Amino acid sequence: MKLPVYLGLLHQSEATLAESYRQVAEGHGEEPDVHFLCLTLARQCDAHQDALAPIIGRYGECTEDDEPERLHHEGLSKTRSGPVGLLRDLQDLYLMANLVDITWTMVKQAAQGLQDAELLDVIARCDGETEVQLHWLKTRMKQAAPQALIAAS
Amino acid sequence: MPDRIADIWGTRTPYGQGGNWPVRVDTKLADGVAKADVDRWVKSACLLCSNGCGCDIAVKDGRMVGIRGRAEDRVNHGRLGPKGLFASWQGVDNRDRLTVPLVREDGRLVEADWDTAMGRIAERSRALLEEKGPLSHGFYTSGQLFLEEYYALAVLGKAGIGTPHMDGNTRLCTATAAASLKESFGADGQPGSYTDIDECDAIFLYGHNMAETQTVLWARVLDRIAGPDRPRVVCVDPRDTEVARHADVHLPVRPGTNLALMHGLVREVVANGWVDEDYVAGHTQRFGDLLAAVEPWTPEAVAETCGVAAADVRRAAEIFGTSQRVLSTVLQGFYQSWQATASSCQVNNLHLLRGMLGRPGCGLLQMNGQPTAQNNRECGADGDLPGFRNWENPKHVRELAELWGVDELKIPHWASPTHAAQIFRYAEQGSIGFLWISATNPAVSMPELPRMRRILAKPELFLVVQDLYLTETAQYADVVLPAAAWGEKTGTFTNVDRTVHLSDQAVEPPGQARSDLDIFLDYSRRMGFARNDGSPLLDWTGPEDAFRAWQECSRGRPCDYSGMSYAMLRERGGIQWPCNDEHPDGLDRLYTDGTFSTDAAYCETYGHDLTTGATVGPTAYRAMAPAGRALFKTAPYSPPPEEPSDEYPLRYTTGRTAYHFHTRTKTGRAPQLNAAAPGMWIELSAADAQRYGIGEGDIAVVSSARGRITAPVRIGDVREGTVFAPFHFGYWDTGGSPDDHPRAANELTMTEWDAVSKQPIFKTAAVRLEKAAAGSGPAPAPTTTASRPAQPGTVPATIGGAAAEAREEPA
Repeated sequence: MKLPVYLGLLHQSEATLAESYRQVAEGHGEEPDVHFLCLTLARQCDAHQDALAPIIGRYGECTEDDEPERLHHEGLSKTRSGPVGLLRDLQDLYLMANLVDITWTMVKQAAQGLQDAELLDVIARCDGETEVQLHWLKTRMKQAAPQALIAAS
Repeated sequence: MPDRIADIWGTRTPYGQGGNWPVRVDTKLADGVAKADVDRWVKSACLLCSNGCGCDIAVKDGRMVGIRGRAEDRVNHGRLGPKGLFASWQGVDNRDRLTVPLVREDGRLVEADWDTAMGRIAERSRALLEEKGPLSHGFYTSGQLFLEEYYALAVLGKAGIGTPHMDGNTRLCTATAAASLKESFGADGQPGSYTDIDECDAIFLYGHNMAETQTVLWARVLDRIAGPDRPRVVCVDPRDTEVARHADVHLPVRPGTNLALMHGLVREVVANGWVDEDYVAGHTQRFGDLLAAVEPWTPEAVAETCGVAAADVRRAAEIFGTSQRVLSTVLQGFYQSWQATASSCQVNNLHLLRGMLGRPGCGLLQMNGQPTAQNNRECGADGDLPGFRNWENPKHVRELAELWGVDELKIPHWASPTHAAQIFRYAEQGSIGFLWISATNPAVSMPELPRMRRILAKPELFLVVQDLYLTETAQYADVVLPAAAWGEKTGTFTNVDRTVHLSDQAVEPPGQARSDLDIFLDYSRRMGFARNDGSPLLDWTGPEDAFRAWQECSRGRPCDYSGMSYAMLRERGGIQWPCNDEHPDGLDRLYTDGTFSTDAAYCETYGHDLTTGATVGPTAYRAMAPAGRALFKTAPYSPPPEEPSDEYPLRYTTGRTAYHFHTRTKTGRAPQLNAAAPGMWIELSAADAQRYGIGEGDIAVVSSARGRITAPVRIGDVREGTVFAPFHFGYWDTGGSPDDHPRAANELTMTEWDAVSKQPIFKTAAVRLEKAAAGSGPAPAPTTTASRPAQPGTVPATIGGAAAEAREEPA
C-alpha cells in the first residue's frame, strides 16, 4: 500500500507551508494584514499536522520512497522585499498551498476507498481550511498586483 | 433652564411601550440674542454625531447665532444633545476658520488665490497621471460631507481618473456596520428604525456607549426606562458606562474577546430551544456552519476567555431568548476591536435565529459613527461602487458605465477597493504620489501616529487638504483648500436609520471658502474629465443637480432615492429610504417579508471568509443560491494579535466622551464643551492605580511598541488590567505638534485591521504604564460620563453654569 507515501508527502508539505508562512510573516511585517494572517495560517498548518498524527500512527508514513521524493520542495529560502517581492512571495505560498490542497484530495480518494471514517473526518476538518488559504492568497495577490506591477518603482 | 453640560440628556419625558415619544423642543441661542431677535430659522439636521437630529439654524445679521430642535422630526422629536446645542454653530462661526487657499512655498504655507491653488493641483495631477497612471492617485475623505459631495468625488475618482484608491474616515467608524450587513443580508442598509426603541421590550447594546455617542437616542431609551414598562437592557462594554449603569446585565468583556462572548450567546439561544425554526428554515442558509462554530463556547468557556461571569452570559442569553421584541445596537466596541465583522455578524445571526427582523421593536441597528457615513457608503466615496453595486458583477459595472457615459474599463473593478490603511501604505512606499484629504484629520485619528506623521511629511507626496481649519493634517499639505461648513452650503445627508434630511444654506461661507462640491466640480473641469461623447463628466451647477444625478444612480437599488426631491424634503423633513414608486413615503423597516438582498443578480457582495477576508466569488456564491435568504456567517474565535506581555502588561483601549466629536475641530471651539473636557486624560481602575502608586490626577507615561503618551490619570471604573484613553485630543491647541509632549491616544495604537471590513483596530493593544509626576489636581475628565471617578464625590462635579443653560419646551 502506497498511502504512507502520500501521508508523508502531506505531512511534509504542511510543515513546509507552515514554515514558509512564518517566513513571510517575518519578512513582510510592514504589511500587518499579511503578517498576522500568515501567523494564523501557519498555526492552521500546525494543527493539520497534529490532526494527521493518529492517522500516520496507524498507516505509517514514508518519507524515503524514491519516486515521490522528487515532489518535495524546499519552501522559501528567504523572503523578497518591496511590492513585487511581496507578490512573488505570496505567489510561492500559493503554489505550496496548492500542493497541500491536491495532496489532501488524493488522500481523501484513498480514504474513501479504504472506508476510513476517522481519516475522512480529519480531511473534512482540514481540507476546507487549505482551500480558504488559497482563496485568501489569491484575493490578496489580486489586490496587490496592479499597484506592484504598474505604479511601484 | 437646565444646564446641558451637567445634564447631558435633559429632562425626562417618560412613555410606555408602543407610545409616542413625547416632544421636547431644545433651543440654544448666543448670549444676548433672544428668540425675537432671530431674523430667520433655516431647516437643517445636526452634524455632530450619527443620530441626524432635525433642527433649525438661527440666523441674525448673516451669522449663525443658535439652534433649535425640530418638534416634528421623526429622529429627535425636538431634542438636541450638548454637541448639537453648543458646537454645531459655534464650531463653525469661529475666527480660526481658513478663509483663503494656502500653497507651500519654500517649505512654508502661504496665502494664494483659488486659481493658483487649483492650478497647482491640476498640474501635479495631470503630470502624475501621464507618468504613472491612475494608481498614483488616492482620495481620503470623510463621514461629514454631504451626499452630493461624495457622489461628485466618487464619479470623478472612478470615471474621471479611474483609481480604486478611495476611502473615507468612515473606514474608522462604520466600515464594519456595512461589512456585516453585506455578509448577512446581501447589501448594506439598516434593517431597523429608531421607532424600534418605542416598541421593544429588550435592548442590547454591543460595544455601544450610546449615552455618550448618540445622546439624543439615549434620551429616547432613558424615557422608555423611566416609563411604565421599561425594556430590559443588556450592555457589553469593558467600562462602567452610563449604559452599563442602567443595564439588567452588564458584560464587561476583556477587550479583544467579543467573538467568544457572541458565540456563547448564540450557543445558549440554540441550546435552550429559543430558535424560531420556521424562520430559520424559510429565510436563512448555513445554520449548520453556525452550530459547528459555537459548539465549544459554553458559558464557562466564555467566562474563562472573556473574564465575565458564566451566570451573566446565561442571563443575557435568556433575555434575548425570551423577550418578545428585541432591539440590538452595535458600535465601536465591536467595530474597532478584534474580529470585528465576525462579532457583528453574530448580532445579525441572533436576530435571524429568533426571526426578529422587519417587525416593530425587532430591530437591528449596526450604528454609524458619523452623521453622513451612510452617504459615503451609498455613493461609493469609500471605494465601493455607488448604489450598493457589486464590483464582481459585470452587469452592475455596465450600469454605471452607461450612467456616466464612460467605458467599463475605466471603472476600477478588478479587486475590492483600497482601504485607508492600504492607501497610506502605498503613499509610504511612494506608489501613491498624489493624496487628496477632505474633511478628516488622519494625523490624529489614524492608528500609530508616529508613522502617520512620517508618511504625511514625505516630500515626494503631493498632499491636498481641504478643511474648515488648519488641522494637524493640514500643516503637512502642499495645498490647503478652505471649505464651507454646515450651514454655509446646501445638501442632503442620511442617518443610521436611513432618514434623509436636507440641510439648507443659512449664511455665506467666510472669506473665500467654497463648498466641497464646488471644489470637486472645479477640479473635474480643470482636468477636463469627459464622457465618451466629449461632454463634461460632471456638468452639474449645484447640489440639486448632483442630487438628481444620484437619484438616477440609486434607482432600483436598495438605497433608492428616486421618489424624493429637494422640495419634498423641505416640505416634509426627514424621509427614510427606500423612497420610490412602491414606497412613496419611504419605509420604516427593511426585510419585512423575510426576503433579503442576497439574490446573486442583486446583492452588493458575494461575501468573504470572515477569518481571512478571502472573497467567495461569483461561482461559489451562485452555487449556494441564497436567492433572498439571509446567510449565517461566522468564524472561529482567535485571540487578539497583541496580548499583554511582561514588557507591556496592560490592555489598552480608546474611546469617546459625550462632550467631544472626533479631533475636536468643532467641539474644542465651543466654550461650554471645551470647559467640560478641556484636556487629555487616561483612566485606570482603582486596583491598578494602587498597584502603580498613582493617585487621582497624577501624571503617567503610557507606552506601547509604537510610541508613548503622557497624561493625568482618572481613577475610574474601567476594568482591571485595562487602560482607557479618549481619542479626541491632538495638538492643534497645544502648539501644533507633539514635540516632547505626545498626548494623542493613537500614538500607541497598532496598524492592523479587520480581515473583511478593513476597519483599523483601536480597541485592543498592549501597553505599560509608569508614574511620571504627582498631579496638581484632578484629571480633566468629566464626572458626568463613563469617566466619572470610582469614588463618588472625590472630584468636583462637571457643570456648565449659565453659559450652558438651554431652553427646554415640552409640547
